[in-house]
Amino acid sequence: MSYEIINLIDISKAFDDTLVLENIDLYIRRNEFLTLLGPSGCGKTTTLRIIGGFEDPTTGKVLFEGKDITHIPPYKRKLNTVFQRYALFPHMNVAENIAFGLNIKKLAKSIINEKVRDMLSLVNLRGFEKRSVDSLSGGQQQRVAIARALINEPEVLLLDEPLGALDLKLRKGMQIELKNIQQKLGITFVYVTHDQEEALTMSDTIVVMNEGRIQQIGTPIDIYNEPNNAFVADFIGESNIVDGIMLEDFVVNFAGYVFKCLDGGFDRDEKVDVVVRPEDIKLVSPEQGMLKGRVISVIFKGVHYEMMIDSNGIMWKVHNTLMEPVDTMVGINIFPDDIHIMKKVMAP
Amino acid sequence: MKKTWIAYPYVVWMILFIVVPLMLIVFYGAAKTTPEGIEFSLEHFQRFFEPLYIMVLIRSLYLALISTIVCLLLGYPVSMILASREYRDKRILIFLMVIPMWMNFLLRTYAWLTLLEKNGIINTFISFLGLPKMDLLYNQWAVVLGMVYNFLPFMVLPIYSVLIKIDRSVIEAAEDLGANSGTVFRKIIFPLSLPGVVSGITMVFMPAVTTFVISRLLGGGQFLLIGNLIEELFLKSGEWGFGSALSIIMMILILFSMAIMSKYEKENEGGGLL
Repeated sequence: MSYEIINLIDISKAFDDTLVLENIDLYIRRNEFLTLLGPSGCGKTTTLRIIGGFEDPTTGKVLFEGKDITHIPPYKRKLNTVFQRYALFPHMNVAENIAFGLNIKKLAKSIINEKVRDMLSLVNLRGFEKRSVDSLSGGQQQRVAIARALINEPEVLLLDEPLGALDLKLRKGMQIELKNIQQKLGITFVYVTHDQEEALTMSDTIVVMNEGRIQQIGTPIDIYNEPNNAFVADFIGESNIVDGIMLEDFVVNFAGYVFKCLDGGFDRDEKVDVVVRPEDIKLVSPEQGMLKGRVISVIFKGVHYEMMIDSNGIMWKVHNTLMEPVDTMVGINIFPDDIHIMKKVMAP
Repeated sequence: MKKTWIAYPYVVWMILFIVVPLMLIVFYGAAKTTPEGIEFSLEHFQRFFEPLYIMVLIRSLYLALISTIVCLLLGYPVSMILASREYRDKRILIFLMVIPMWMNFLLRTYAWLTLLEKNGIINTFISFLGLPKMDLLYNQWAVVLGMVYNFLPFMVLPIYSVLIKIDRSVIEAAEDLGANSGTVFRKIIFPLSLPGVVSGITMVFMPAVTTFVISRLLGGGQFLLIGNLIEELFLKSGEWGFGSALSIIMMILILFSMAIMSKYEKENEGGGLL
């Protein structure tokens, strides 16, 4: 058994003349929870549909366990999909929906019934066999869709924004449930979402995409702490992104102050993007601050306050558990650990 | 406040042109004139049970049934093609399907006369090929042809409108779960299109079973259908009583079959009559 279960090799896809995917290279490891993350229109769903067999890539190959499946129709692939809007069969009840795949394989009725029961208890829908799918809530329909896919014991489960239609609380619950199911059954999940928090919570690996290209592949911690570029930094969590100039290795000038940092390998006086997370900015008294600023607005966010601080025309977003009232002068300190330097992305 | 008065003109209209005529038909059908005056009688209804008239009814049902089946067999694939992804945006095809319906029904049927005649276009072509001329007209197949031609759009449109509404992702889900295209059709597309099929069948069968124009023009009067019979009783022999009785029997049959259809439709849920 190979370590990589799916390989995408140099996949590009064009609809009419618009390129939606460009040179996607990606491998998916067995039993990992991999998330394709990006804003809408970034090509993440198209990537998933190419893996599922619903779209043909314009160029490139899809390998499954090392074998080329690029032109194999979906019904012959050993993977199953949970669709965005569930796509349950409206003319069948819950049990018939879940049993669909097994009925096609012509398994014995008794085995099918038993597996349907197991699946229903896995997704916490015991006793729902005879219910019509229209009578279910969004969350319940979602569970049926998941059970319907999982009953076929696929090697890989593809999930296309499965929690998009659920409310926040239900979504959080389902995130944990899905992760549990994935770990319990030990199958590979390929998950598509635009919700960065969801991606951080559930994934082993996150693939950040934008405009048809992969921006960064890494663990949630890597992606959050070491974003590759300003797009990733901005998309994952909240960020302050300001223009800076690398004076020399480990020294950067931005916002009118020279900071120490941990990044090197740039040209002398190279223009860079400087990314600082709002929670990494320390507020001190004006005299002690590297920068000085005035509090413009304060919003209560539950765990912390979000303050906008104007320092010489640059707006800093700051998260802090202590509140500084509007119009107070404060000092801002940013330490080397918390400064992330990124090469400027060339303007297209 | 509900503006119920808005409905009054329609109520008047319906009473004048639907309720009153219906009552008249019932009256004529169940009345009998005797020297003493008018009395209630089921004589007209009894007369229907003579083998001659039963045969007419059976023939009407038989030809209508054949036409409906042919319409379904022709119409379903056409609907699928029209609703398929490649043709979905090409409204012109649906437009072409509908155009004949805008032309007068009689004209369209007359057009077939000139095509099928002994010296018509088809026979001219056949003899040009050196084959013997054929009797294409005035048999029951000509009548079936006329019905299929005239009523096919009524089969295609309801099926098309149901097919086009089927969520593409439901079909993809079935493929994803291992169904090849045949299975997808049998287990997903066809069951989901049943409401359209049911209303298509209703909309073809009803007019086919009561037509009298097609059978007169293309059947040459040799194939007396129930519609022709009623027409003749009213317009030629003046037997309004028996004509009314036949109309009532016809209406009961239609209502009965509609009830069966609508019950079936409810069981399958979704999609009403077009």
